[in-house]
Amino acid sequence: MTDLISTVVAKYNYWIYITLMMIGLYAMIAKNNLVKKIVGMNIFQTAIILFYVSIGVKKGGTIPILEHAHGHEHHVVHAVDYINPLPHVLMLTAIVVGVATLGVALALAIRIYNNYNTLEEDEILTQVREK
Amino acid sequence: MRIIGLIIVVVTGALLIYAATDFPAWSDPASPASTYLSPYYIEKTMEETSVPNIVTAVLADYRGFDTMFETTVIFSAGVVCFFLLRIPRREEPEIRYYRHVLTGVTIQLKEGYKIPPSADFERIDAVWTPPDLIIKTGCRILIPFIQLFALYVIAHGHHSPGGGFQGGVILGASIILLAISHDLRTAVRRMSEKLIAILCAVGVSIYAGTGALCLLLKQNFLDYSALAGVLHVDPITARSHGILMVEIGVGIAVMATMIWIYNNISSAGRYRQGL
Amino acid sequence: MIWPIDLAILTLVVIASIGALMVKDLLGAAILFGAYSFMMCLLWSIMGAVDVAFTEASVGAGVSTVFFVAAVFRTSRRTKD
Repeated sequence: MTDLISTVVAKYNYWIYITLMMIGLYAMIAKNNLVKKIVGMNIFQTAIILFYVSIGVKKGGTIPILEHAHGHEHHVVHAVDYINPLPHVLMLTAIVVGVATLGVALALAIRIYNNYNTLEEDEILTQVREK
Repeated sequence: MRIIGLIIVVVTGALLIYAATDFPAWSDPASPASTYLSPYYIEKTMEETSVPNIVTAVLADYRGFDTMFETTVIFSAGVVCFFLLRIPRREEPEIRYYRHVLTGVTIQLKEGYKIPPSADFERIDAVWTPPDLIIKTGCRILIPFIQLFALYVIAHGHHSPGGGFQGGVILGASIILLAISHDLRTAVRRMSEKLIAILCAVGVSIYAGTGALCLLLKQNFLDYSALAGVLHVDPITARSHGILMVEIGVGIAVMATMIWIYNNISSAGRYRQGL
Repeated sequence: MIWPIDLAILTLVVIASIGALMVKDLLGAAILFGAYSFMMCLLWSIMGAVDVAFTEASVGAGVSTVFFVAAVFRTSRRTKD
């Protein structure tokens, strides 16, 4: 029992990341307004990026920019001193692709509003079924 | 829909929580992510590329293909926004509104007529808000410094956090600031629509062109050590300079895309009036 | 890695995200989304991911919020849900 409690407390960050992801997923499925769905999509994306970046943290490591780079020529670099830079690289691409997706989604929302004069999903569906 | 949403969320959350009990403890130096591949990149970056910022080196050199196609994705997002929203109205004559500066009288001209630019009449939008002198002057002083900082971020991406994306977004944000503090017509007069579209394509072409140049110099695609002959430096420094060239291409493409998407969204495609 | 700061900012992030989805004014949702982006940027700075934090600060809390406000300006501002 106590080691269950200690596991729950030690991994508190994973539970909060999973909570954030589920908030975003619920908003994408269950909200009626299109802009709220787009906000939910962005919350989901940033929560996943947060999870990936947290994998690379090392206790006692510093940021992934090499010190003493151009002063000493043959300075030995220990991988233990720096945190893992590989998730950062992948997540940089993910953030920029996220903002591109946001631009396209908002353009689609404006076109839908021009056509149906509303942004609520149930009103749009009734208008589409009437036609 | 809410019940289905709740059920899906609870089931997925339970599965994820069950899987998360198996994860290594947070910030453990002996976790599999920290011992498998990353020590090679941390130890070998300086002696192979002479770029201290490991993230920039991996992004632009070791994983250059990903970044090239990401730039292409950004460019295609700008093109999609343009195609979805833009309504060309070149043939319809428009109604113009003018305001006499001294007395404050607003006049509306018939379609197709216009007043030549003079100091007495200023042109206003249909939904007109009074121009705020503090905001206009403050932003006009700030924008050159923002652009200078953005150029610093692009050029200094080897030694400090930064690089092509961040600098490109800040450059685009400076023109968006111009469009918000003055009106959209001023920003479009500074950077016309055709120039933005051409810049977007030029940015992607610089990136692919650098790779093709390395191919023409008898090395692999995007292998920057081939530039050692052209630039008359040793191959390690040539990789550093190749990274700088592709970062400049990425910065130009991202800047043009941000401005393009903002212009199309804030005017809903008509380019008459912005925010 | 100072865990009290981490826990406090994570709680603020969850509160901002739930707030952005519950308000009935879309402009308020856009501004709360900007605040959520800024809290994310702080989290990544604490974890040592400075490049990711820089990108999120400029892209998420800058340009993304402006896109949202521009889109809300062109469509309606009230929502029933």
